[in-house]
Amino acid sequence: MSTQATSSGHPLAQALEVRDAAKAFGATKALVGASFDVHPGELLGLLGPNGAGKTTMIKAIAGRVGLDAGTIKLFGREVTRTDARPELGVVPQELAIYKLLTARENLTAFGALNGVTGTTLRDRVEWALEWSGLADRAKDMTKTFSGGMQRRLNIACSLLHKPKLVLLDEPTVGVDPQSRERIYEMLAALKRDGVSVVLTTHHLEEAERRCERIVIIDHGKIVAAGTMAELVAKALGIARVLAVQLGEPLPESVALPNGVLTDEHRVVLRVNVQDIARDVPARLAEISALGAHVRGMDVTGASLQDVFIALTGRELRE
Amino acid sequence: MIATLLKISFTNLRRDRVAQAMTFLLPILFFSIFANVFGAQRDPTRKVNVALADDDHSPFSAKLTKALIAEGSLAVRTTTEKDGKGEPLTRDSAEKLVRDGAIPVAVVLPKGLGANVQLFGNDPNAVKVQLLADVSDPIAPQMVNGLLQKVSFTAAPDMMADQGLKMFTQYGGGLTPAQQASVDQWKTQLEKADPADGTANKVASSVGLPIEMVNVLQPSPVNGDKSLISFYAAGVGVMFLLFSCSSGAGTMLEEEESGTLGRLLSSRAGMAGVLIGKWTYLWLMGMMQLSVMFIWGAVVFGLPLAAHVAGFVTMTVVTAGAAAAFGMVLATASRTRQQLGGISTIVILTMSALGGSMFPRFLMSETMQKMGLVTFNAWALDGYIKVFWRDARLIELLPQVGVLLALTVVFMGLARLFARRWETL
Repeated sequence: MSTQATSSGHPLAQALEVRDAAKAFGATKALVGASFDVHPGELLGLLGPNGAGKTTMIKAIAGRVGLDAGTIKLFGREVTRTDARPELGVVPQELAIYKLLTARENLTAFGALNGVTGTTLRDRVEWALEWSGLADRAKDMTKTFSGGMQRRLNIACSLLHKPKLVLLDEPTVGVDPQSRERIYEMLAALKRDGVSVVLTTHHLEEAERRCERIVIIDHGKIVAAGTMAELVAKALGIARVLAVQLGEPLPESVALPNGVLTDEHRVVLRVNVQDIARDVPARLAEISALGAHVRGMDVTGASLQDVFIALTGRELRE
Repeated sequence: MIATLLKISFTNLRRDRVAQAMTFLLPILFFSIFANVFGAQRDPTRKVNVALADDDHSPFSAKLTKALIAEGSLAVRTTTEKDGKGEPLTRDSAEKLVRDGAIPVAVVLPKGLGANVQLFGNDPNAVKVQLLADVSDPIAPQMVNGLLQKVSFTAAPDMMADQGLKMFTQYGGGLTPAQQASVDQWKTQLEKADPADGTANKVASSVGLPIEMVNVLQPSPVNGDKSLISFYAAGVGVMFLLFSCSSGAGTMLEEEESGTLGRLLSSRAGMAGVLIGKWTYLWLMGMMQLSVMFIWGAVVFGLPLAAHVAGFVTMTVVTAGAAAAFGMVLATASRTRQQLGGISTIVILTMSALGGSMFPRFLMSETMQKMGLVTFNAWALDGYIKVFWRDARLIELLPQVGVLLALTVVFMGLARLFARRWETL
């Protein structure tokens, strides 16, 4: 069993351990030996291009898909597809709430379906209404809610049974920045209570800012896992990116030098630099030699976008 | 612009098989079903089944029996079992055959008929041939009635001549003033006869074999003439029950789309819990729907519900259960709500037409009646008809209850099978 030392030195089981997970749907291999851990009380981002295997992974953890091979452990307990998972809360990407029920009725129903009853259920519903900021709209049908409110209720409905690990599939998709901020505050509050949180998102900047660790999955395998600094070191081997702004778009006929990437308009070129003093002048000279007019430049730390593209490539995934 | 819109519409139609089926297949299907139903009514080779009980055992009754058997349009059964096996039929055993729905009409030649046969006159005390009829078949008894009159004359010409002479001397003779007055009175009666108010029949029936029509399916005054109302309450009720169950089960497709189904399946309910929960809801809703329909029928149209509560409850419980399970099958077999709408319209309307919800099965040809038995509606309607028309005891509902319970189990098994695709949502 993978363990992590607590502050008192006692070994603590990982919240989630996935080992060599493999799953195929016919000829399509969704997972091919994926392994990763979630530490207790951490907020982890599970990222990957479309079709990389994220959804299958989440379904496997939730018990909705049986693995062909590999194991899943929740807090040290190995679980098969049909085993109950009371320690797990799964928040679907869709707004999986009943539109004609009120917020309170939705929460009560999903709490009951997860085995919460009596005064515990009533207390948990009150907590969930407060936690999601919906206490003053508790008696309103959810079809009258804004997208952000529905999204918050969607998350709250999965937390009535006090799960110790919460999986969220794109929890902030389609909501405005204010609602997104509120959702991350809610997740931070969960984390403070010791709950482990795993989320998938396509907002890389958000993942970079909010998640303690990031796991990147592609072609059914985990291609990288770690903190942002660890990912940058692994993927790029450097800590800086040279971004060069051109005066006019670079013609399509001009081939880019090795390692240089460009945006879709071909007016910003990006290239990784290992040694700023040595590599920046050399790269600028290369770019000037293409006949391009250099209007400005920035040297910045690599973003998760850079890491993601470096690890998963630029080709479109359909 | 119009051309572009047409192109879009036709392209959509070409790629939407359900819409094609609704547009072209459903009308053809209905046309075929109703053509078969009504076409069969005019089938000259179709014989009317008749049970014949000779309680008289006189030469006259023997002649009538022989003549009826010789009638090409009748299939006469004189024994308790088919093909001449079993005991000779009596009034009671013949009535049972009609009550059980085995035969639509029975002719009873009562004791004393031969000794006191009266082909002319209107004596209320005359011994009458009894025609035990099943109201569910309005055609067969009328046909047998007419044929009885025919054979009564052709089978016993001696009696005809004898009684005709008596009638002549009674009304004709030397046409004395008294005779003239008598003939005039008779003629006045005939002239006054009005086909619209039934007096024509009364006068006409004074000539020929006296026949008493007995509706054996309405032995108690509680039924009155409300039998057809109970038929249509059941027929329409079951058809709309199927529609509402299909629509209710379809919420699972909406829940699939909204992700709610996935969340339910991730909860402790699991797939079996979700399916049973949905079925239970549809079952309860179906029972309420049928109850509302029959209570409305009782309050507004005088349907004899109060006298048949036990049978009604029994049939409603199993019918709603099977309809709920059928709705689950349709919903789990469909991929989208739109697909469910199309498929359920086609399947339910076809089943309802074949199964007798729109047109009574007993008026269909035997082949169509047998085909109807593959439908859910036929078994449910047969059960309700047994309750409201035949005053069946609960034990007599066993075949219908058994089949509907079995269908419920089979449908739920199928729904579970089709629902497997949702387990990986």
